[in-house]
Amino acid sequence: MNRAPLIFLGVFVALAFSWTGIILTNQVAYGNLTPYYDETEEAVFPVATPGLAARGQLVYQDLGCVYCHTQQVRRPGYGSDIERGWGERQSVARDYIREKRVMLGTMRTGPDLRNIGARQADPTWHMLHLYDPQITSRGSNMPPFRFLFEQRKIIGEASPDAITLPTSYVDGTPLPPHSLPAEGYELVPTERAKSLVAYLINRKDTYAYPETFNVFPEDDAGEAEAKTESEGEGH
Amino acid sequence: MASAPSLVQSLKPSTSTDSATRAELSEIDASTKAPALFFLISSVLWLLVGTAFALIASFKMHSPEFLGDYEWLTFGRARAAHLNTVIYGWSVNAAFAVAFWLMARLSRSVLRHPTLLFVAGAFWNIGVSLGVIGILRGDSTSIEWLEFPSYATPLLFVAYALIGAWAVITFRFGKSKHIYVSQWYILAALFWFPWLYSVAQIMMIFDPARGTVQALVNWWFAHNVLGLWFTPIGLAAVYYFLPKVLGKPIHSYYLSVLGFWSLAFFYNWAGVHHLIGGPVPAWVQTAGIAASFMMVVPVVVVAINHHMTMVGSFGALKYSPTLRFIVFGAVSYTLTSLQGSSMAIRSWAEVTHFTHYTVAHAHWGMYSFFTMVMFGSIYYIMPRLMHKEWPSARMISIHFWATAIGIIIYVAGLSWGGIEQGFALNNVEKYPVFLDIVELTKKYLLSRSYAGILITVGHIAFAVNFTWMLITPSRKGATAPTLFRNPASMEMTR
Repeated sequence: MNRAPLIFLGVFVALAFSWTGIILTNQVAYGNLTPYYDETEEAVFPVATPGLAARGQLVYQDLGCVYCHTQQVRRPGYGSDIERGWGERQSVARDYIREKRVMLGTMRTGPDLRNIGARQADPTWHMLHLYDPQITSRGSNMPPFRFLFEQRKIIGEASPDAITLPTSYVDGTPLPPHSLPAEGYELVPTERAKSLVAYLINRKDTYAYPETFNVFPEDDAGEAEAKTESEGEGH
Repeated sequence: MASAPSLVQSLKPSTSTDSATRAELSEIDASTKAPALFFLISSVLWLLVGTAFALIASFKMHSPEFLGDYEWLTFGRARAAHLNTVIYGWSVNAAFAVAFWLMARLSRSVLRHPTLLFVAGAFWNIGVSLGVIGILRGDSTSIEWLEFPSYATPLLFVAYALIGAWAVITFRFGKSKHIYVSQWYILAALFWFPWLYSVAQIMMIFDPARGTVQALVNWWFAHNVLGLWFTPIGLAAVYYFLPKVLGKPIHSYYLSVLGFWSLAFFYNWAGVHHLIGGPVPAWVQTAGIAASFMMVVPVVVVAINHHMTMVGSFGALKYSPTLRFIVFGAVSYTLTSLQGSSMAIRSWAEVTHFTHYTVAHAHWGMYSFFTMVMFGSIYYIMPRLMHKEWPSARMISIHFWATAIGIIIYVAGLSWGGIEQGFALNNVEKYPVFLDIVELTKKYLLSRSYAGILITVGHIAFAVNFTWMLITPSRKGATAPTLFRNPASMEMTR
């Protein structure tokens, strides 16, 4: 019994150690990281998220997109994120400072979305992809989000927002009847669909902060890889 | 070896033939009956709910149209509902029951005012229910392991505080002079969990930190909840039941002390390895990797200690359900922990990070180790609470084989699939089209669903046996424990 205080002290110190080291130290070190002001462009980066896109982040959150999509680009030479075209550079801490909830993600069942807005800026593509991923990406295991669309009776003129489905997938299979709107009806994206698409199109870290140039000095392995790549291009 | 006799002594009361000690134990068990049963019944119910969500999420991964039009069951929500029901519903409830029962027994302390504990338990389960409903209706926070919306978590915290305090009180009023290693683990876990949980809640949900500091908090919490909450409770159970069922002391007292302190100091830094290559300071990643390597020390020490205790008694695995589950769990702990350390190696993380390999690893730890140990513990505790035996040895056997084979298929399939996926992701020349990589993983995702069906069969057998035991009246004179088979010469101490 008399050893209980000693055990307790050790148990306390153990967790206090990592709490101080991982949480407190980093909170002090970069928890107040500020946006970067570019004098030549006379603008602040990262830019603020527009309202619609900010609401879209909540939709992204409530549907659990984070379980299949990361939002972080790894540095050149570590993984092949850049080669896949998932970003022009690696992600840095400053990219995330304006986000209320940082969703780096841990899983790439689907591709990284940090710069999806830079490589796919067409809202129509995103709408179709959300409605039925098979339309744009045949063979994908992404779930359909048809519930983000409303089937509305066409009265008079058709809605300008309504999406037009193709009659068949790329491999010629016709779309299943349950995903087609009934005769005289149209498919209109709800506010949630619109904000989610706005959020996705807003995903791009194109600005290069000073720290993005030398966060990870190229090590030997990285250089060797860069060399083989340029050789590969020569062929 | 001054401490050796006291260790034997601390094990002795329960194995003693002395009727006074047995009467005391029986009194202690009786005092834990109502709250322990409440936690166990809740845990079994949550296990079934969690298994259902698991199957739904697993099927959706290879057949996305499956239940595709139900928003509340979309993959992102079913998956979060699965994780949170099996963690906060099944695992934590089972952990509470086992921790309490062990604590009362080892401290030789009658549980005081069990009704209050019962109330705390009720609040805990209301909190979990609210949280799960919140996730399904779209209020998830999308923070891994902390998906419950902010209207559910304060309730959980208060319920937890009450439950934790009760365990400490039970310990303080104990008559036992010696602190057995299981008590170390339980006390430490009870103290660590609220710290982890409150910091994570405050810094991520109520007053979020800026930028990727959130990610550091997230993985500090999510990894430590495994290592500093579930692992200690699981190990406490192994440290108790292994020597208990075998009727001999644990191999080495000193190794158990070393194992405890090395776990305490190395584990809590390891979580950052989930952020290797991510936008967080490089030095924290390196520290996380170093700590992950150092975890080999406690793991190997504990493995030696458990294995050396088992040596010469492997035959008992043929008879005792508790032992079989516990040993399966203990071996899984060693293997999954070593795997975890290897996953922190930068070049290996480059391949396995962001793939199904990590999912397989998580299940190896939470299921193969923790859940199996909890099953084993429940098989031992229930007869002592109910004063009757498990109705069917066959059901226990089905439970064991279905879950054991199921989880092996699960882990093997997804690990292999994850490795293939990881190499493909990093090979743009061979796999320029992302959808080809998705195609590659589908057969492994399918194998997971088959494994899941098998595991479900095991859980149903368990639940049926459990319910059957609760509702059948105890038969007079039937005192022999339910074993897989009845040994002629082996007498199991009760």
